[in-house]
Amino acid sequence: MENETALTAPPSLAGPKKPTGVKLFFSKLIKQRALVIMSIPFVIWLFIFNYLPLWGWTMAFQHYSPKHGFKFWEQKWAGLHHFRFLFEDDRFLRVLRNTLVMAGINLVLGFVTAIILALLLNELRQLIFKRVVQTISYLPYFLSWVVAASIVQNILSPEGVINMLLIKMGIIQDGILFLGVGEYFWTIFGSTMVWKEIGWNTIVYLAAMTMVDPSLYEAAEIDGANRFKRMWHITLPGIKPVIIVLLIMNIGYLIDKSGFDLPYLLGNGMNVDYSENIDIFVLKFGIQQANYSLATAASIFKTIVSFVLLFTANNVAKRLGEARLF
Amino acid sequence: MAEIAANSKPIKISRSRLTRGDRFFELFNFAFMIVLVIFTLYPFVNVLAISLNSPVDSLKGGIYLWPREWSIANYKYILSNPAIYHATMISVFRTVLGTVITVFCSAMVAYTITREEYVLRKFVTMAFILTMYLSGGLIPTFLVMRELGLYGSFWIYILPGVIGVFNLIIIRSFIYGLPDGILESANIDGAGEYRTFFSIVLPLCTPVLATVALFTAVWQWNSWFDVFLYNSSKAELSTLQYELQRILQSSSNSGMNAATAFSQSGNTAANQVTPLSIRSTMTIVASVPIICVYPFLQKYFVKGMMVGGVKG
Repeated sequence: MENETALTAPPSLAGPKKPTGVKLFFSKLIKQRALVIMSIPFVIWLFIFNYLPLWGWTMAFQHYSPKHGFKFWEQKWAGLHHFRFLFEDDRFLRVLRNTLVMAGINLVLGFVTAIILALLLNELRQLIFKRVVQTISYLPYFLSWVVAASIVQNILSPEGVINMLLIKMGIIQDGILFLGVGEYFWTIFGSTMVWKEIGWNTIVYLAAMTMVDPSLYEAAEIDGANRFKRMWHITLPGIKPVIIVLLIMNIGYLIDKSGFDLPYLLGNGMNVDYSENIDIFVLKFGIQQANYSLATAASIFKTIVSFVLLFTANNVAKRLGEARLF
Repeated sequence: MAEIAANSKPIKISRSRLTRGDRFFELFNFAFMIVLVIFTLYPFVNVLAISLNSPVDSLKGGIYLWPREWSIANYKYILSNPAIYHATMISVFRTVLGTVITVFCSAMVAYTITREEYVLRKFVTMAFILTMYLSGGLIPTFLVMRELGLYGSFWIYILPGVIGVFNLIIIRSFIYGLPDGILESANIDGAGEYRTFFSIVLPLCTPVLATVALFTAVWQWNSWFDVFLYNSSKAELSTLQYELQRILQSSSNSGMNAATAFSQSGNTAANQVTPLSIRSTMTIVASVPIICVYPFLQKYFVKGMMVGGVKG
């Protein structure tokens, strides 16, 4: 790309004696060899670690056999066989449903709770208290998924706190194995996501709120608006652009919002019908059963859906006159 | 950033002008925050209490806020268990090495793509940015890593993460934000690229490099999936997070009754550890470094996120 500008742009300005075209490009390159040495090894790294795996996409349209390894032209072609198989497979359709449901729960809950918390935090006037609450609310975000899953298992176990409280209150007789009941899984997933990310998700909104014009609050106060009304009529509309941009962005990344770590770590044989999502499906078929082609087809399907969502979201953003995402 | 700082003073409303509704709201808001703090911390405090309780006694359940029978047996066990000790050392090692390498390499590449006159600037930038939208996916990446001989190797923790695009973007915006002319004057003074990078760019970028270091360190310490995927058969390369994950998996597969079965086997020695007590203790050990560090670092995280979000 830069090569082209080097070819076209300078000659029009350059005097007759200066080198032109390819020669100029290479002479510059030699002069800038220090920069080349500092960056090109990493471009090679990038090629190996990020671009090379892209060839693996061909596997989805082949009957991949490790015998041929990377010689993808020697593999037997399968056309859309694996995609057809996926969409006739009850398990994959269930996996797709779980992915979408969990993503939806995470999106809606994550949004609503973070906005409410940000609005309330913004109303706190004791700054130290506010900072302490904020700091504590960020904590779960920094803990690893394994730690989070362990904490959830602990709280929900038959001897755990929730069961003990329910028994004491006389609501149930014996402890329930919450993670063993499939129907509870989405609730557990949603609550854990909120617990882990609510504090972190408020950051953007709180930053946006500091940009709201303070004179608006004074005017509203003089007009007799109470705290709640000021929140509703000034703060919320003030951060509306940020909310819309984030909403669009999140819809663009919707399919990733069901996550991998939490459903995998909390999943077990008893709740698998509700916890298994596309990423887990890919892992189980691809790595554990070595059915590379089918797993790659599933992951390509996911990539295509997210691309479609991303471009749609971006177009909507453009049409609404908001900043585009890319 | 400066604008945010200037405006971030609270809205000034004098106390006397508070109406009764306002007071009620403030009270409600205060109570809400307390409840939030409790909900955030309690699940963690409960695990802490179990880790400090006598292992066998914990199996009876009913530990809420405070250990019923204080005991440090769990921590003694963890500290004296060679496998867990080794896994912790690997965790520390990958965190330190991974962070140093990532910070240095990201800064170097970011520096080259801020040099306007660099002829390959656009090519290098685009090559990195494109990877944000293109990914080979799990299986092809796994096969390539295996082909590269990284399966069953320590380097799988370090090499794939040498440079993150996000890191590159925030360092680049920081260098762009440096006062004009600093880099140019260095060049005029005859400093070569390496000297400009090492003695001018690196020291000036300390704040943003701290941000990148923290992002990377937390990410490295918390990772478990790469261990699971590539090194699950290599006990000597296991990490703390992965050891914890294995305990989780074994207890959830057996319906979480492993702990109960253990106590029924007649083993009632007061200091005998149980899967439940070990799980709780390892959870605490795996989170302590994060808890100690994150309050001091959150402002960097927040700043880094804002820069990445605004200019990304």
